[in-house]
Amino acid sequence: MASAGEAALQSPAETYRVHYLNAKYGIKSWLLTTDHKRIAWLYFFSTTFFFIVGGVAAAMMRLNLIEPQGFLVEPDTYNKLFTIHGTVMIFFFLAPAVPTVLGNFLIPMMIGARDVAFPKLNLLSWYIFMTAGTCFLYTIIAGGVNTGWTFYTPLSTSYVNTHVFSAAMAVFISGFSSILTGLNFIVTIHKMRAPGMTWSRLPLFIWALYATSFIFVLAMPVIAITMVLVMLERVFHVGIFDPALGGDPVLFQHLFWFFGHPEVYILILPSMGVMSELITAFSRRRIFGYGFVAASSFGIAIISFLVWGHHMFVSGESVYAGIFFSAMSMLVAIPSAIKVFNWTATLYKGSVSFEAPMLYAIGFIGLFTIGGLTGVFLATIGLDVFLHDTYFVVAHFHFIMVGGAIMGYMGGLHFWWPKMTGKMYPDYWARLAAFITFVGFNLTFGPQFILGFEGMPRRYAIYPARFQLLNIMSSAGASILAVGYLMPMIYLAWSIKYGPDAGPNPWKAKGLEWETESPPPVHNFESTPVVTEEAYAYGTEPARAVAVSS
Amino acid sequence: MLHHLPLIPHVSFLPPEASSMAPRVDLLLWFTIGISVFFTALIFILLFVFAIKYRRRSPDELPEKQIEGNLPLELTWTLIPLLIVIVLFVWGAKVFVSDRRPPANAVHVYVVAKQWMWKIQHAEGPREIDALHIPVDEPIECILTSQDVIHDFSVPAFRAKMDVLPDRYTTLWFKATRVGFYHFYCDQYCGTFHSKMRGYVDVMTREGYEAWLSGQERHSLSMAGEGAKLYQQYGCITCHGTGKGPPWVGLYDSKVHLMGGQTVIADDNYIRESILQPSAQIVAGYKPIMPTFQGQISENQILDIIAYIKSLATTPNAQGATAAAKGAAAPTTKGNGTGKGE
Repeated sequence: MASAGEAALQSPAETYRVHYLNAKYGIKSWLLTTDHKRIAWLYFFSTTFFFIVGGVAAAMMRLNLIEPQGFLVEPDTYNKLFTIHGTVMIFFFLAPAVPTVLGNFLIPMMIGARDVAFPKLNLLSWYIFMTAGTCFLYTIIAGGVNTGWTFYTPLSTSYVNTHVFSAAMAVFISGFSSILTGLNFIVTIHKMRAPGMTWSRLPLFIWALYATSFIFVLAMPVIAITMVLVMLERVFHVGIFDPALGGDPVLFQHLFWFFGHPEVYILILPSMGVMSELITAFSRRRIFGYGFVAASSFGIAIISFLVWGHHMFVSGESVYAGIFFSAMSMLVAIPSAIKVFNWTATLYKGSVSFEAPMLYAIGFIGLFTIGGLTGVFLATIGLDVFLHDTYFVVAHFHFIMVGGAIMGYMGGLHFWWPKMTGKMYPDYWARLAAFITFVGFNLTFGPQFILGFEGMPRRYAIYPARFQLLNIMSSAGASILAVGYLMPMIYLAWSIKYGPDAGPNPWKAKGLEWETESPPPVHNFESTPVVTEEAYAYGTEPARAVAVSS
Repeated sequence: MLHHLPLIPHVSFLPPEASSMAPRVDLLLWFTIGISVFFTALIFILLFVFAIKYRRRSPDELPEKQIEGNLPLELTWTLIPLLIVIVLFVWGAKVFVSDRRPPANAVHVYVVAKQWMWKIQHAEGPREIDALHIPVDEPIECILTSQDVIHDFSVPAFRAKMDVLPDRYTTLWFKATRVGFYHFYCDQYCGTFHSKMRGYVDVMTREGYEAWLSGQERHSLSMAGEGAKLYQQYGCITCHGTGKGPPWVGLYDSKVHLMGGQTVIADDNYIRESILQPSAQIVAGYKPIMPTFQGQISENQILDIIAYIKSLATTPNAQGATAAAKGAAAPTTKGNGTGKGE
């Protein structure tokens, strides 16, 4: 094989080793692969593509908002931009990113399995995902959709004349991809664990994805059927949501948020799992309160199904419903607080180092704390009446979604990149990128809290001039944030060709995935591992260090 | 413009407190901000101190001893946040519930939203677009409905907000406490010009308000007066004036016995439904013969009829409206009176 010869030429010191990346070549070996590690790469490239699409939409929005009357586009175009941004980021980037890229790659490796339980189904999930993504790309190219990612009726069913049908179809299809992935993960975690990998020894990343998978399986069918109803109403005027046809417009909101709020935890829970891995590895400590951190994931998952009404405090729901949902929403704060406190306590008397993944992790804890606390404002029903649908809400959920979920994903990506590629990226640039991301993020979304207090409503293409200063600050922050996201794309790509070999365990971290080669062999482990210790058993023996090869 | 720059220290970063509700919301808000700043600072300081104090000093360093957890600590950081959110929940619910019901003497203002404008009617007759003139220190109850999609009527300076739905009436009440101009916005995304769907509330002294009222072109009757005309024009009188249908006198806010044996209160939503879907709730003792007026009558006309029915009420709750409708109850030929809605 020519390429094998090339590889040998590049690093003559290293003896040629077959691993999952060089075992087969050619486009078919990727598109028809059933190897969970290769499928993770398929997802990596497709979700990165969608991240760029959603990011470009966000950049255009922020550019437009530097002037009160709109710098760039007409209101209708702006409305399409925030719809595209929301839909793409939620359904085609954030929901799949951590579970299908890091989860796909790591679940079998962390539990000591050769693959997921249903490898072919895993590939099918990706094809369904791509079908949905293509359907949404068609929507964009055909002229866009301007309903907001929330598709509120009767606006979406009876009033706008944009491509609602194909957009709803895209969301409908993407649901099946998530359901199958969730199912696959649940079965894998139940049935494929290596000998000795008991439930109480599972890494917390696995616990987080296990909880997430349940939400996938339970919440995605609801959005799928809701989108079917929207499509039916649009085409056949069946009269489920439009009052002019005898429907109830608020019914849609109940259905949508019954899915929508658990969805938010689909986005954040996996990154919380990443957090537990990063904090322990870079402080070389056991997680503080393993049981509490694991259980809190399930606490969040369960409560997430009982809080949807907090999106509807001013939608005309009854006072009693409002009070119930306010109380339930408050409870989400508890498991979230438990996680934050336990992560922080894990640093105590640890051996803390500050490579790039750890910087992302510390950034996550800080920003998630702010995002979580501002969520308490919105759960407080007397305050929500004031803040609902203002920029305060926009800032709040971006602190969770970008400051939390994406920071977690970036941290995880930097942490496991050496495992996935076998190569090391330049840590200096990575730490710089983490710092730029943190600064840019705060400048982008910090001012939006104040905009919300001042009363600026969300989804405004044009706005009163007195909000301009804060909007310019936010847009300036967004340009810095963009640099923070572009840099990793460059140095990570660079590292694949030019990066030094990482070795099996560059961080001297615990966990089965670090006990095999980087990149891993086709079947992950040369022989089935036997687990004899708890997760994060730092200090029970010298960390199985394998030096970075020359 | 300087006045609006939020970073000038002496300018509050909240809108002015211009309603009776606003100080109570703000008190809770500042309390919540205080709690949040405390916990954010706590976490940031802990992270910072731990990160510096326990930084790795040599590449192979391992912590001296491993800690698995600490139950009393876990309970502490479970129970203290729980206690705090219980306080916030109770306080928030109290702010929300205590002022839910408008005072009995609240003056009704009718707000009809459509893509992308606000049509506002006063019981006395004046109609305005994207503006609302109200007297200071008097309770105002807005009765909100939409002609198309869902909108939201939000007045940040009043800390007041309510969705405006196309198939029912929602209500929002406030008592302005400060004379001045305050913005209102549509806060629920409603299509192309959502961001242009905004206006202002002009809070005036009683005298100023009277002057404004008298300065308004009075080509239109009071709402009840318009309703009285529609009563004739749509032929409501042929049944509701003859005993074939339930009489309107004393109807408003009264208990209505339905055919199925249930009772309902004849409020705005009930009357609106009875006009648009008469067969949904049949009054006991009457035949279901009324045709639907869906598509034939505008939201504004329905509001006129409701105002008229209100003017015929005998319950004390609607007396304010009755007074407003006096002098308009007599049929008149002034103006053509129809098609006010659209």
